Amino acid sequence: MKRLHKIKRGIALPVTIVIIWEILSLNIGNSFILPGWELIVPVLIHPMDSLFGGASLFENGVISLERVLIGFLLATVIAVPLGLLSGWSERVDEYFNPLIQILRPVPPIAWMPLAIAWFKIGFGSLIFIIFIGSFFPVLISTVEGVHNVRIRWLEVAESLGATTKEKFVTVIIPGALPFIWTGFRLAFGVGWMCLVAAEMLPGTSAGLGYLIMYAYNLGQIQVIVAGMIVIGIIGIVSDYLFRCGQTRFFDWQGKE
Amino acid sequence: MNNILEINNISKIFAENNSLCKAIDNVSLTLTKKEIVCLMGPSGCGKSTVLRIISGLDTADSGIINGDEWISADSLHTAMVFQEHSLFPWLSVAENIGYGLRMKTRFSSEQQVNQKVSQLLALVRMEEFANALPHQLSGGMKQRVAVARALAVEPDILLMDEPFSALDPFSRRELQDEVLNIRYHLDTTFFIVTHNPEEAVYLANRVIILTKRPATVLKEVTIPFSYPRNMVDPEVLDLIQEVTEMITSGRGKAEVN
Ligand SMILES: Nc1ncnc2c1ncn2[C@@H]1O[C@H](COP(=O)(O)OP(=O)(O)O)[C@@H](O)[C@H]1O
Ligand SMILES: [Mg+2]
Repeated sequence: MKRLHKIKRGIALPVTIVIIWEILSLNIGNSFILPGWELIVPVLIHPMDSLFGGASLFENGVISLERVLIGFLLATVIAVPLGLLSGWSERVDEYFNPLIQILRPVPPIAWMPLAIAWFKIGFGSLIFIIFIGSFFPVLISTVEGVHNVRIRWLEVAESLGATTKEKFVTVIIPGALPFIWTGFRLAFGVGWMCLVAAEMLPGTSAGLGYLIMYAYNLGQIQVIVAGMIVIGIIGIVSDYLFRCGQTRFFDWQGKE
Repeated sequence: MNNILEINNISKIFAENNSLCKAIDNVSLTLTKKEIVCLMGPSGCGKSTVLRIISGLDTADSGIINGDEWISADSLHTAMVFQEHSLFPWLSVAENIGYGLRMKTRFSSEQQVNQKVSQLLALVRMEEFANALPHQLSGGMKQRVAVARALAVEPDILLMDEPFSALDPFSRRELQDEVLNIRYHLDTTFFIVTHNPEEAVYLANRVIILTKRPATVLKEVTIPFSYPRNMVDPEVLDLIQEVTEMITSGRGKAEVN
């Protein structure tokens, strides 16, 4: 019963907005400004149909997701080991921390001109932007995860005969993992936002960001809205999957 | 000789906010095989520090341990049980118990590990919970697992730092009986820090009482009663009272005899 009420409250606003949208769109009567849902919904329920003689909504979504995954994985492969070392060794941290603090506040999209200069327009520069966007959340969460490993656990390990390397592998890494996972979740979200923004810049030729920008140039506002909805759904679903992973694998966190 | 640990005049000084703080001052003590010894003293006097030095987690600044002028006891075979929050929360009960056996210093095969883990699960009566995660256990069960995990590496001395003080009185008595039961089955020496005189008199063959900081040995009391001890026996009650008074006197002016 309580759950039902919660759901009701949760959908109240979106439904209201859809209704107001529809009323406004009927009054304005101009689908180049505010297309009605009778135009948007068909785009959404035929995701496999080719749009403007090119790739479909689905295909563009897959292309975007592939890019995000590649950039994200590259970022984690570098950020996790660096974060583990940086959290573990003060010396390593002293080398890297200032640089990280300088680079972190720069919005990933601000790297785009440099990315294009280095990797040319297209795949390489997009991956680079996602890499930049995902890198810092993973790095910072990993360092924090290592700092949150209890000294007590390390002392137990030492008292039971663990060497430094064994302590690192059997205590530091598993102890930091829940934080690292949270970093993954944040990083994927940031990567996804950066990607869509980067795809909207001139020169790209596929992806959801590209699709909505292209639709804008053709005045197909209903495709823009449909594309935005898909972008949002992919964001929610990926975040949900990460949260499921959290409860599935790191149920112990905060309960020990 | 039956002594497995002989400490002579160890001292330890901590540097604390630019000032030096002497935690322990010329502490000497011996432990013999298969003995239960309780270490008592006012809180903050240096009991944990003594245990950490014996375990090798910390080093003394001066003194002699087992005839060598070591200031660390690294090669002594000990294992430590802490008050709480010491189990690895991502490992199951069985994996926690087997942890020390899987470290490469121990060279155990997976089969040996499993066999040893089953034995210990039985010893602390936790077989049913072999696959549970620590957060699913009660406080008393967690400490039983911590004890089993420490016993797995077959230490000569099991060091316990206020192991039962976070438990409710019922689980505490259960765990104390567990210690007596283990001591009956194994040759392990127990060196237990406690602030509870009743616990000390229930468990120990000997109680070592330290003065307030800097800790030095105030008194050693041999407990003459056989196990299991009758905790309402007037003689036992008198001894508890006596131990309590000694600790209180050590908390005041350090009177070393
Ligand atoms: N790592 C440390 N650094 C500085 N001071 C410490 C450290 N460990 C313990 N001390 C000090 O040494 C004294 C004894 O501590 P401890 O052995 O933990 O006492 P107990 O276990 O008897 O309560 C305390 O005054 C404590 O503040
Ligand atoms: Mg203490």
